[in-house]
Amino acid sequence: MPNMSPKKIPMPEQNPNERIKNFLEVALGYTEEMAVEEAQRCLQCKHRPCMSGCPVNVKIPEFIKLVAQRKFLEAYEKIKETNSLPAVCGRVCPQENQCEKVCVRGKKGESVGIGRLERFVADWYINNVHSKLDVPEKNNKKVAIIGSGPASLACAGDLAKMGYNVTIFEAFHEPGGVLVYGIPEFRLPKNIVKKEIDSLKEMGVEIKTNIVIGKIYSIDELMAEGYDAIFIGSGAGLPKFLGIPGENLNGVYSANEFLTRVNLMKAYKFPDYDTPVYVGKNVAVVGGGNVAMDAARSAKRLGAENVYIIYRRSKEEMPARLEEVNHAKEEGIIFNFLENPTKIIGTDDGWVKGIECIKMELGEPDLTGRRKPIAQEGTEHIIDVDSVIIAIGQGPNPLISSSTKELKTKKWGGIIIDEDTGATSKKGVFAGGDIVTGAATVILAMGAGKKAAEAIDNYLKNNN
Amino acid sequence: MFEIVKKRILNSQVKLMDIYAPHIAKKAEPGQFIIFRVNEKGERVPLTIADFHREKGTVTIIFQELGKSTKELGALNEGDTILDFVGPLGVASEFGHVKKAAVVGGGLGAAIAYPQAKKLNSLGTEVHTIIGFRNKDLIILEEEMKAVSNKQFVTTDDGSNGTKGFVTDVLKKLIEEGNQYDLVIATGPLIMMKAVSNLTRPYNIKTIVSMNPIMIDGTGMCGGCRVTVGGEIKFACVDGPDFDGHKVDFDEAIRRQNMYKKHETESVTKHQCKLGGGNNA
Repeated sequence: MPNMSPKKIPMPEQNPNERIKNFLEVALGYTEEMAVEEAQRCLQCKHRPCMSGCPVNVKIPEFIKLVAQRKFLEAYEKIKETNSLPAVCGRVCPQENQCEKVCVRGKKGESVGIGRLERFVADWYINNVHSKLDVPEKNNKKVAIIGSGPASLACAGDLAKMGYNVTIFEAFHEPGGVLVYGIPEFRLPKNIVKKEIDSLKEMGVEIKTNIVIGKIYSIDELMAEGYDAIFIGSGAGLPKFLGIPGENLNGVYSANEFLTRVNLMKAYKFPDYDTPVYVGKNVAVVGGGNVAMDAARSAKRLGAENVYIIYRRSKEEMPARLEEVNHAKEEGIIFNFLENPTKIIGTDDGWVKGIECIKMELGEPDLTGRRKPIAQEGTEHIIDVDSVIIAIGQGPNPLISSSTKELKTKKWGGIIIDEDTGATSKKGVFAGGDIVTGAATVILAMGAGKKAAEAIDNYLKNNN
Repeated sequence: MFEIVKKRILNSQVKLMDIYAPHIAKKAEPGQFIIFRVNEKGERVPLTIADFHREKGTVTIIFQELGKSTKELGALNEGDTILDFVGPLGVASEFGHVKKAAVVGGGLGAAIAYPQAKKLNSLGTEVHTIIGFRNKDLIILEEEMKAVSNKQFVTTDDGSNGTKGFVTDVLKKLIEEGNQYDLVIATGPLIMMKAVSNLTRPYNIKTIVSMNPIMIDGTGMCGGCRVTVGGEIKFACVDGPDFDGHKVDFDEAIRRQNMYKKHETESVTKHQCKLGGGNNA
C-alpha cells in the first residue's frame, strides 16, 4: 500500500540562526527511514509523467521502488544509468519545475520528494560503498571536452561509459566549473562534487587542469593532436555589469568574482587560505536569480549585518528557486522588490558608501512574457551599503569562439548548434550548456551534454 | 606540479625563476602573463612573462616579494615545485612596424620591459631602453637590457648609479633632443606609467602600458581586473594587459590596486609569525 500522506517528509535542515554563522550544508538529507517512507508515496504510475520532466531521463519510478524496498545500491545503479552526477542533481536541480511539477501526487497535495530521494541514494552510495566502479572497455577513439562544468561532466560520463577515451581540459586549477566556483558550499559541498568527479576518473576520464583552450591550444590543434571529436562546454563565464556610474568603485563585485573568491578560493577561511574577500557591514546584491541568492547568503555568512536583494520586478517574476528564496528569507536577507540601481556612490577615497535606487512599477508583458518594469521618476533614494554585488547574469565566454573561425555564434555570443545533436558549424565539434543557451541550470546543461554524447557516438561510428 | 629549474636572486627584493612548463613556453609571446599558485591554500597571482625558452621548455618569471604568495614562492629553490602555473594569458603585444622605440621600465617593470625590448630589437627597431630604480642596489637586468638595446640609460632616484632622477626625466630629454620615437612602451608601477603617458601625450607619441591589476581567473570570468580605457570598461586579462597609456584611467587603477591592502597586511603578518615560530623552534 502506498503511503497516502499528502505531504512530503520534511527535509531536516540546519537552524537559520545557526547556519548563518557557518558554511556547512543547510539541508541535512533524509535518513534511511525517512527515505523509505517518502519512497512509499510514489504511486508507480504506468505512464511515468515524472520521467518526461527530467532532462537526463532518470528512471524515477524504478529507482524509487528500489528505495522503498531498501535496495539502495540497486537504486543508485538505476539512477547512474542515465545520470552521471546524482548527488549534485539531488541538491541543485529545480525539481519543482521538472519531475516534481508533473508528479501525479502533486495534484492533491505535495509531489513525491524525487530530488530528496535522489540525493539520499547518491549520499548513501558515497557513504557506504567504497568499491570501484567497473571500467568500461575502451575503444580507440579520443574525445576532447572543453570545460569541466555540468554539461562537460555529463558528456564525459556518457562517452566514457560507451568506451571512448575522454580528456577534459579545465582552465582553473580544479575541475567542476560552476559547481566549484559558483554554487556555495552550504548548498553543494565541494567534497560531494569531488566524489562525483572521482567516479568519472575511475571510469577512465582524464582531467587536465590549468589548460586554457583558445590560448594554449586552438580547437584545430586539438584535432591535429588526434582527438576525433570535441565537445565545448565552457559555460557562461562572462560577467555582466549594470553600466551605471560607480561600478568600478572599490567594493563592487561581479557575482562571479565574489563567489569565486568565496567558493573556489575559500576566502571564507581567510587568512588560513590566502585569498581575501571584502564584505563590510551592509551589502547590496543586485539581481533576482539563484546566483543573487547564493551571493546574498554567502555575504550574510561572511558577517554582513544587513544584506539587501535589489530586484527590479516583483517576487512573482524572480527567476530564483522558491526554496532558495525561502532559505534566504529565513536567514534574514532583506528583499527590496521593484527597485533598480541608478548609481553607486563612493567615498572620497573611492570606496562604496551607498547605492542609489529608483522605484519601479510593472507595465505590460515584454518579449520574455514577464511584465516590464518601468522606472518611477522622482523616487530615487539611497541605501547605505559598503559593498555591491552585481548578479544580473553572465554571458558566454568568448575565448574559444573568438579563436575558432569556423565556429558560428549568435549576436550575443552563444555558439550556434543543431538542436537535436549539439553539432556546431565546425565538423566534429559539438557544444552544449550555457555556452549555447546563456546562463541556465545545471540540469539543462547536463541534458545538453548527454545529448551531445549520443550525437558524438553516432558521428564517430558513421564517419570513421 | 611545475618545477623550478632555475632561481636567481636579482636584488634584495626581486627574484627570477625559470619554471618548466613546455606547453606554455611553446606558445608564450611578449606581453602575455601567467597565473601561479604555490600551494593548496594559495592565491592565484598573475605575473607577466619575463622571458621564455621554447627548446628548454621554460618560462621565466621575475617577481618582487611583496605579499604572502610571492614570499612563499621566493622561499622555494631549484628542484622544488609549485602547484599551479597557467598561461599564456592575455593578448600578446602588437607592435606593427616601428622604426624607433623607447622602452621604459621602472623597478620590477624592467623585467616586463625586457621581452618587449628583445622582441623590438629582433624586428629591427632602433631600441632605446630607459630603466629606473630607487638606488644602485636595486638595479636588475642591466646587462640583459643592454644586449637588446641600441642605447641604454639607467637612472636611480638617489643618483647612486647612472643618471640621478626619474625615467621620465631621461625620456623627456631624449625627446627634446630630437629623438623621433614612434612608440614608447612603459612598464612598471602605475604612478610611473601614468607619468610616462602624461609626458608623451603632448608629443603625440603612441604609448603602450602594461597593466597588472588584481584578478582571479585570468580568462575574463571574474571582472576583478576591470580598467577604464577611453571611458570604456576593459578586462585587463583578456582585452590587455597592454593598453594605450593615453586612454587609461590611472587614478582609478591605483585606487583599485589598493583594495586588499588591509587583508594583505594581515596575511603577511600571519605568514611572518609562522615563519618566526619556525625559526625559534
